[in-house]
Amino acid sequence: MSEPIIEMRNVHKWFGKVHALDDVNLDVQPGEVVVIIGPSGSGKSTLLRSINHLEPVSSGEIVVDGIHLTNKSTDINAVRAEVGMVFQQFNLFPHMTALDNITLAQRVVRKRTGDEAKANSRQLLETVGIPEKADSFPAQLSGGQQQRVAIARALAMNPKIMLFDEPTSALDPEMIKEVLDVMMDLAKSGMTMLVVTHEMGFARAAAQRVIFMDEGKIIEDTTPQALFEAPEHDRTKLFLSKILEH
Amino acid sequence: MPDTSSTPGILDTALGPSGLDMGRSLWRRFDRWWLLLFAVVGLVVFLVREVPEPYAEIFAFVQDGIVITLKITIVSFFFILIVGMIGGLGRVSHNRFIRGVASLYVEIVRGIPVLVWLLWIWYALPQVRDVVGNSISSVAPQVGELILSLKFEPFVAAVVGFTVAYGAYMTEIFRAGIQSIPKGQMEAARSLGMTYLQAMRHVILPKAIRVILPPLGNEFVTLLKDSSLVSVLAVSDLTRRGREYVARSFLSFDTFTMVAMLYLIMTLFFTRVFVAVERRLSVEKH
Repeated sequence: MSEPIIEMRNVHKWFGKVHALDDVNLDVQPGEVVVIIGPSGSGKSTLLRSINHLEPVSSGEIVVDGIHLTNKSTDINAVRAEVGMVFQQFNLFPHMTALDNITLAQRVVRKRTGDEAKANSRQLLETVGIPEKADSFPAQLSGGQQQRVAIARALAMNPKIMLFDEPTSALDPEMIKEVLDVMMDLAKSGMTMLVVTHEMGFARAAAQRVIFMDEGKIIEDTTPQALFEAPEHDRTKLFLSKILEH
Repeated sequence: MPDTSSTPGILDTALGPSGLDMGRSLWRRFDRWWLLLFAVVGLVVFLVREVPEPYAEIFAFVQDGIVITLKITIVSFFFILIVGMIGGLGRVSHNRFIRGVASLYVEIVRGIPVLVWLLWIWYALPQVRDVVGNSISSVAPQVGELILSLKFEPFVAAVVGFTVAYGAYMTEIFRAGIQSIPKGQMEAARSLGMTYLQAMRHVILPKAIRVILPPLGNEFVTLLKDSSLVSVLAVSDLTRRGREYVARSFLSFDTFTMVAMLYLIMTLFFTRVFVAVERRLSVEKH
């Protein structure tokens, strides 16, 4: 196996008295698609956000693509440009068109020229299936379209890793598929992905690994098949029985 | 302010038969508060033309004051915006020291009346200059001389006074505007690799400006009125020119009525302009 692209060693995170991450150890290989599940408050989002340093950890070590995040001298912005993130609430910039949303960071961070960045943005809108929405403002787009623009915006930085924090949880049911389709294509293209989601269908179809978290700990880390069909731990069974019941 | 654009009024009916749909829709979109402005302008024009004794004379006497008043207001407002933006960024800074300095500035300045600020800068600051200049002269004569030779023009003193005083209010307006932007916006920008300042410049501030535009307009109009305080600094603004005219003519009623109407014209005008800009920006968003 090659060098892991993400390494987490004995990571702890405290929010006041809440132990959000409790001795987390995790290796992710390049090209792996990892789905993270678990009850709310189990630390899934915190884990994801610690990987691009949106949430600095209390102790332990995180290495992303060979760069130690916990070193004081590390240029966090350089790391973040390599790690795309997609949020539950899309977080598009509301005063900019879809195209400008995707273009902005390319120009500011990647220093691409306006024409180059725009051409790239149009290409990405094509990839996520909404080239005709280039000049629409976020408020004029459906939730599913907004989330696809957000994915394009993250991809525009040519990241090596993509983090998805419950990307479909804020969507109406009929829009979930269009976003999952884009993510599925991305997974097939060999992108390294960490996805916090409750979409078990996506986990089965796209993920090589599923991680179950509870109370800040990684309880199980195995293949989707093994986790869904033969969970080892009682807590995993309980959680799965709750979400798969209906 | 009532929303006059949706309720049909007497003038709608007066405009005539329902066939004039074009005229009607234009009329609906028209911001009718402009009419009040036109009425006041009309009254001033009427008085100047039809009752030139004394109104034309008053107007001729105070008109350079109008220019000074506008100049002080606009120049000060420019600097106030800069101070407010820097102060607002300081107030939301994660650096405790920067935040502390910005907060201290706001707390101190807000507790002192604007008039007292102007008086202090005009009458007290030169004494500070003299003490500092003299004590430095004994060590470095040239630097000391330079400091002692510093002299505020009344106009500059007024602008500095207003900038210091109003900058504190503007700081709070910017702070509120920045904090009204959801946290996710900053996170999204940072997750793309932007620095804190890049995110502020390209994402947070452009959005915050739209939020703070109404209070910004208020501040401008309030400043325009407060600029009358500079008459204590020997600046010949509109108010001072009015008082000078009264001193020579004893026509208190006519003069101050004229001065009041001229202020009203300016404030009504700028209020409308800010409302128009606001509407424009809110249309742009969709």
